[in-house]
Amino acid sequence: MRAENYEARNHPPSNEFEINFGPNHPGIEGNYALKVKVHGDKVVAARADGGYLHRGFEKLMEQRLWIQNIALVPRICVPDPAPMEVAYSMAVEQLCGLDVPARAQWLRVLQLELSRLAAHLFTFGGHAATTGMYSPMFWGVADRDQLLDLFEELTGGRVYSIYNIPGGVRRDIPEGFLQRLSDTLDYLDSRLPDYDDLLFTNQVFVTRAKETGPITQTQALEWGVTGPNLRATGLAFDVRRDDPYLVYDQLDFDIPTEEPGDAWARTLVRRNELIQSVRILRQIIDLLPRIDGPIRAPIPNPLAWKVPAGEAYVRIESSKGELGWYVVSDGSEKPYRVHIRGPSSMHAVQVLEHLVTGCRIEDVAQIMFSLDACPPEVDR
Amino acid sequence: MTDIDYKDSGSILAPLKSLSFFGRASVTEPLEPRLAALRYRGFHLNDWEKCVGCSTCQKVCDNAAITMVKVPALPEDPLQGIRNLRPAIDYGRCCWCALCVDLCPTGSISLSREYVHTCTDDELSSYFVLPDPKGMHNELFGEGWNKTEENDLVDPVRQPMPELAPASRSDNFDEIVHGYDKQQAIIEASRCVQCGMCHDACPTHMDAPEYIRAIWQDDLEEAVRQIYKTNPFAHTCGRVCTHRCETACSIGKRGEPIAIRWLKRYAMDAFSPDQVKDIVGRPGVPASGRKVAIVGSGPAGLTTAYDLARMGHQVTVYEGLDRPGGMPRWGIPEYRLPYASLDADIEVIQAMGVEIRCNTWIGRDISMEQLHLDHDAVVLTLGLQLGRSTRIPGSDHAAVHKAVDLLRWITHGETFDVPRSAVVIGGGNVAMDAARSIARLQRQNFGQVKVTVTALEDFDHFLADDEEVKESAEEGITILDSRGPQACIVEEGRLVGLSTLKVVSIFDEQHRFAPKYDEGDRQVHEGEMIIEAIGQMTDTDLLGEELTESLDWNRGRLQIDDDGCTSAPWLWAAGDMVRGPDVVHAVADGHRTARSIHQFLLALETKGALS
Repeated sequence: MRAENYEARNHPPSNEFEINFGPNHPGIEGNYALKVKVHGDKVVAARADGGYLHRGFEKLMEQRLWIQNIALVPRICVPDPAPMEVAYSMAVEQLCGLDVPARAQWLRVLQLELSRLAAHLFTFGGHAATTGMYSPMFWGVADRDQLLDLFEELTGGRVYSIYNIPGGVRRDIPEGFLQRLSDTLDYLDSRLPDYDDLLFTNQVFVTRAKETGPITQTQALEWGVTGPNLRATGLAFDVRRDDPYLVYDQLDFDIPTEEPGDAWARTLVRRNELIQSVRILRQIIDLLPRIDGPIRAPIPNPLAWKVPAGEAYVRIESSKGELGWYVVSDGSEKPYRVHIRGPSSMHAVQVLEHLVTGCRIEDVAQIMFSLDACPPEVDR
Repeated sequence: MTDIDYKDSGSILAPLKSLSFFGRASVTEPLEPRLAALRYRGFHLNDWEKCVGCSTCQKVCDNAAITMVKVPALPEDPLQGIRNLRPAIDYGRCCWCALCVDLCPTGSISLSREYVHTCTDDELSSYFVLPDPKGMHNELFGEGWNKTEENDLVDPVRQPMPELAPASRSDNFDEIVHGYDKQQAIIEASRCVQCGMCHDACPTHMDAPEYIRAIWQDDLEEAVRQIYKTNPFAHTCGRVCTHRCETACSIGKRGEPIAIRWLKRYAMDAFSPDQVKDIVGRPGVPASGRKVAIVGSGPAGLTTAYDLARMGHQVTVYEGLDRPGGMPRWGIPEYRLPYASLDADIEVIQAMGVEIRCNTWIGRDISMEQLHLDHDAVVLTLGLQLGRSTRIPGSDHAAVHKAVDLLRWITHGETFDVPRSAVVIGGGNVAMDAARSIARLQRQNFGQVKVTVTALEDFDHFLADDEEVKESAEEGITILDSRGPQACIVEEGRLVGLSTLKVVSIFDEQHRFAPKYDEGDRQVHEGEMIIEAIGQMTDTDLLGEELTESLDWNRGRLQIDDDGCTSAPWLWAAGDMVRGPDVVHAVADGHRTARSIHQFLLALETKGALS
């Protein structure tokens, strides 16, 4: 909601139109606007216009007990809430010097990868929808629902798991969970050929997505692009492998990359990451029964928990990119300051403005969705 | 790189693949209501039987969705830590995080598997719900997210108290309990959920949540200030209080209650009496010119004195013995309450301007009439200094003593023949004090212990504290339950033992004291000394015949009104002699009496001004 976007201006040339693209539109998973100036079908200028989902999370967290924040943080990114909980918990653990039991770390990875699967299904379904193909979106959302069933079973909540607390996780897996997880993964595997037919080898989609909104690797690095958007430019950088956290260093997985850096490549990287996440989850299904022990380190009474003064920075790989949490404690029972380095703010502001300029109006939504930005995480 | 070949547009027949979908079930969500997962976080349930209304759920709720609502139909019992408050949930605010479940001290609250509620515009109040075990719409969906060991955030384990081992304590009167160090105290204080059940249960309503929080914040001066708001016998209560607070503590419903008594002690031990005086300060109240006499310098008397002195009155405390302190000094052994701790409390009280005159027996050195003439008000806090006798055959023998007398001799340092074997009659804490004191003296003198405690009650209904029983046994004392004393056996003028019968029942059907014995089960316990610890009474001889006649009595106790005033408007009575049975009740009594006297003195002032 940049003020200058709403100021009275001189009339543009008669062949240029200014269009309010959003805040409600199919191009993004939330409310986020784009002011585009079009010359005929061609976009000649664009200004990103966020702020519609600003809830002041970082400030709110300063007024809540360390433990109360676990109910708040998943709301920062609705499609992929798990990394928020995990990163916040890890930051608090770092401040307290808490050792998280091994089983809890495995369960966290399980939750993170499930969440990544759900988020990617949502995203490439959404990308397809922006090109006018609604079936992949319906399928993506329906298949994601199967994962939400697993979340419900594991954490008691379908979307906001609130499964982590500083020190570990709140509950162990229920009986028979790994079998049901395995069945769901088999089902997702069986769906992949259908998605390929419908989307990735579908010439309508390929033609629309290819060479749309390309970023070069240099641009990506200069603009702070991370995650699948960076890997789509050919750079195999993934926090899970390059700065491992939890138990990712004990897991076997590849980092999918693509060269072109266009909308097609970005969505294809996500499709390939689905395969890797399924691979990671299968390893967890094998290994988890062999990892015994508690699921949580003992923590003090949450109402009287002072976290030692200091600062902690934790970064993890969310489905959108590199997620950083900077948490400062002044030694009291509430955080002194929290800052979230969400990947979406880079993708949805400077990258988007650049990519949209010069493209055709019908590709605006597609470019937006292929960047997979999450408006609540941009606004925080 | 991917295995997708996007350039391969495939065979011309590829679209026929879609025919395969005719044979597949479509991806649909069923329309009928779906049963939620077993640990689903839906609408709340609350087991009203288990819930004690401690409000912890309200405190941890991060959306302020919980309001505690009074339910008058439910029982309320401050002594057991039960309030008739129950949480009501505003579902316009709740985010179903279930932290209320995880932190509930009793485990009463849980979330159900129910998740559908709709209403019309004018029924919006239906989103404000008082959860009960039946669920939101009386349809039993069952528990979803509930309390398990995994997600329980209540810390049920108390910090262990370092203390002297039995071997190093049983031949001396050194204090057994060492007290917490800083780290232990802060951890112990951090377990508190600030529910305030302790405050409600405490006879003098100490602000325990406040001082526990101050200890947690390592602000011990603030802790002392909070303690002194309601209790000038802080060192004493920090050691020997009967801690009603801990009985009521909501953490104690499933785990070990917060060690409130030890935390108080920790805060007090951090300061010298001089520092405490500075922290507590003396209110700048002008002198009222009114004089109050207090007979007896126990907790009731000195608390009254402390309050009245701080209200600006001139207070004189008369004590018959040579040192002030009353029962805590003369009745409680040094290993439980070191005299220095009691002295520290008394020093602060004296610093408020209280004058204590020891070795002054009222009724002998000064008459009650004189006392009345010299003062505007008089308070009797005589305590229970006379031991009761069993009056069994042989109990008039010279080697049969009352426990209170024995304990007083030990405090006073009087010499007496320590018996090689002793029998204690009684099962309360005084019996334990006497037995453990004698056992210490025996070990000092003879290197071995032979003390037998015979109690009427069985162990399930024992009067003494569990820890007293445990520690006594560790010190080599034999404790026999369900034994009724029959006779002190005297042979050739020497006391040799006590014969007892097995107790069948203590009370009759009307709950009157009428012990029944099993005549076939007789035992003789060897003892050169027998100590009777079956109760105490007040010595009111000092009142004199005339005053005794004119006052109202109730079953041998002075009749008092709610504020402690007797039937004579200038005379109050407080402490053990009118209400029992321990230090903290005496302190509470002292405050009540002081308030009443202050009102009385103010009224005198007004009358004086009018006349």
